[in-house]
Amino acid sequence: MAAPRTQNRIIRWIDYRLPVFSYLDHELNEYPTPRNLSYWWNFGSLAGFMLVTMIVTGIFLAMYYTPNVDMAFDSVERIRRDVNYGWLIQYIHMNGASFFFIVTYIHIFRGLYYGSYKNPRELLWILGVIILLLMMATAFMGYVLPWGQMSFWGATVITNLFSAIPKIGNAIVTWLWGGYAVGNPTLNRFYSLHYLLPFVIVAVVMLHVIALHQHGSNNPLGIDRKGPQDSIPFHPYYTIKDMFGLGVFLILYAAFIFFLPNYLGDPQNYIPANPLVTPPEIVPEWYFLPFYAILRSVPDIWFIPSKLAGVICLFGSIGVLFVLPWLDTSPVRSARFRPIYKWFFFVLVVDVVALGVCGAHRPEGTYIVIGRLATLYYFFHFLILLPLLGKMERPRPLPASIGAAVLKGGAVSAE
Amino acid sequence: MAETAQAKPIGAHGGGEGTRRDFLVLTASALGAVGTAAIAWPLIDSLNPAADTLAAGAPIDVDISKVAPGMSIRVLWRSRPIFIVRRTPEELKLLESGKMNPELSDPDSKALQQADYARNWHRSIKPELLVLVGICTHLGCIPSFAPQPGNTPVENWEGGFFCPCHGSKYDLSGRVFRGVPAPLNLPVPPYNFVSDSVIRIGENPKGSDFDLSSVEQL
Repeated sequence: MAAPRTQNRIIRWIDYRLPVFSYLDHELNEYPTPRNLSYWWNFGSLAGFMLVTMIVTGIFLAMYYTPNVDMAFDSVERIRRDVNYGWLIQYIHMNGASFFFIVTYIHIFRGLYYGSYKNPRELLWILGVIILLLMMATAFMGYVLPWGQMSFWGATVITNLFSAIPKIGNAIVTWLWGGYAVGNPTLNRFYSLHYLLPFVIVAVVMLHVIALHQHGSNNPLGIDRKGPQDSIPFHPYYTIKDMFGLGVFLILYAAFIFFLPNYLGDPQNYIPANPLVTPPEIVPEWYFLPFYAILRSVPDIWFIPSKLAGVICLFGSIGVLFVLPWLDTSPVRSARFRPIYKWFFFVLVVDVVALGVCGAHRPEGTYIVIGRLATLYYFFHFLILLPLLGKMERPRPLPASIGAAVLKGGAVSAE
Repeated sequence: MAETAQAKPIGAHGGGEGTRRDFLVLTASALGAVGTAAIAWPLIDSLNPAADTLAAGAPIDVDISKVAPGMSIRVLWRSRPIFIVRRTPEELKLLESGKMNPELSDPDSKALQQADYARNWHRSIKPELLVLVGICTHLGCIPSFAPQPGNTPVENWEGGFFCPCHGSKYDLSGRVFRGVPAPLNLPVPPYNFVSDSVIRIGENPKGSDFDLSSVEQL
């Protein structure tokens, strides 16, 4: 593999002119990685795997799918029933969306716990938030394509979010629809964008990886590598670790594909879209539930009506992540050395789960109260707690180096 | 983790015998290859005709009572044009005489372009009724039916099927002439007589298991 040292003349010839092998060697073989990465560092490569899985299965599904309001539902049913292994490809794709979000959310919370967004990785983090936004748009538009009841009414509700914008809201919504309501033009443009956006995600992922490789991975200790004793080459150590994690992940993913393919979906979406009847309950896919809860929880705020306030908070819940590197004033990255932040991190996890539960239930009774409190905490955590905590909290002493912490006895060179 | 520091360096193993590491690399690679193949095959196979596409290729019944001698009709079966021709007694006499055989590429239908029950001078079950897949064996165009000898569509035309794309010529049994680009006779699909006035295209007469996909060229 080591291209510059390889004896293979063809590889040397190519590499002299187009240094792909040197590049791979540099980014995989030589690429120094902290020696103490835990399994929480598996989820970035798992997300990459899911992106490829979704694109590959999606390309095959697109060969049979028909983006027309009269034929879309039947064409998806045909894929499930008549196309060779169509059921498998469709279930891989359908459940793939959920599993893509599972690994991405774990990846994000990993970053929050270990302070992976801090100097010098702010742009790396911001690119990640952009990927998250693109994923959400792609998943939403993909969910519309089967043209079931939830597809149609989900599309109606989400596009109507924009009607909350004063003055120009209605014009924007009409522009999004390309008609008087969600209809054939909407379906066609969603299909076009659902095919396009994953490739935009690929491009942003490339930037994400370039930014990552500039300073290398953060690590559970959150301290910088100080020398060769703190690093091991990415290959074979982390390629093997990633592959083992992938194996465990695939077992879980396959269990859903083969045994619980519809567990994460909504049965309403097996009813063809009917613009005259709204289902008794409109619920987005589970991965949007916390955001959905925020949308519904917000009451009137002064002169801002509840509808607009909800939309502002919905977008604000992602927007706040963009400025997170500057909201968190603590210079210490890892929560291991931040005794107070550590607990508030888990409060945030519980808070987001609580929002998810509220999003899954009708906004009535205690769910309204819990939803509002949880929404309040979400913004309190990022906007007030993190700036203050960095100033008030007394971090634990940091180890001298990764090697010193890992090897206990001191940084003896293991290479 | 403390052990890693004292552990033997990676790759340190004795002699030329297989090591634990070799075993793990081989088994893991083999599993990876099997897994890749296991997911590649469903994707590849999904491009083959779907169940409903195949079901739409079931046999069809065609009423031939209105097809007068000298007349030809076309029906579509499995997305392919099927020619049904009722030949006149004069045309049959000419075919039976074998007068044109020296000009034909494969007058005895030796190439597998039809079932055994159509491997005869009239290339059909009943001599007068001809059933063909109307696709030129050259490059897939549809030949036109031109039963009258004369100077149309080309000079010294002897009557039969003429392909406008590259000038391939077939006689009134769908046998290809020599010296034209098409290599083989027009294929005969499986068919049988449900009654005197109805034929079923896509199904053999009892006792035959001819499969259209087994012909040399469609």
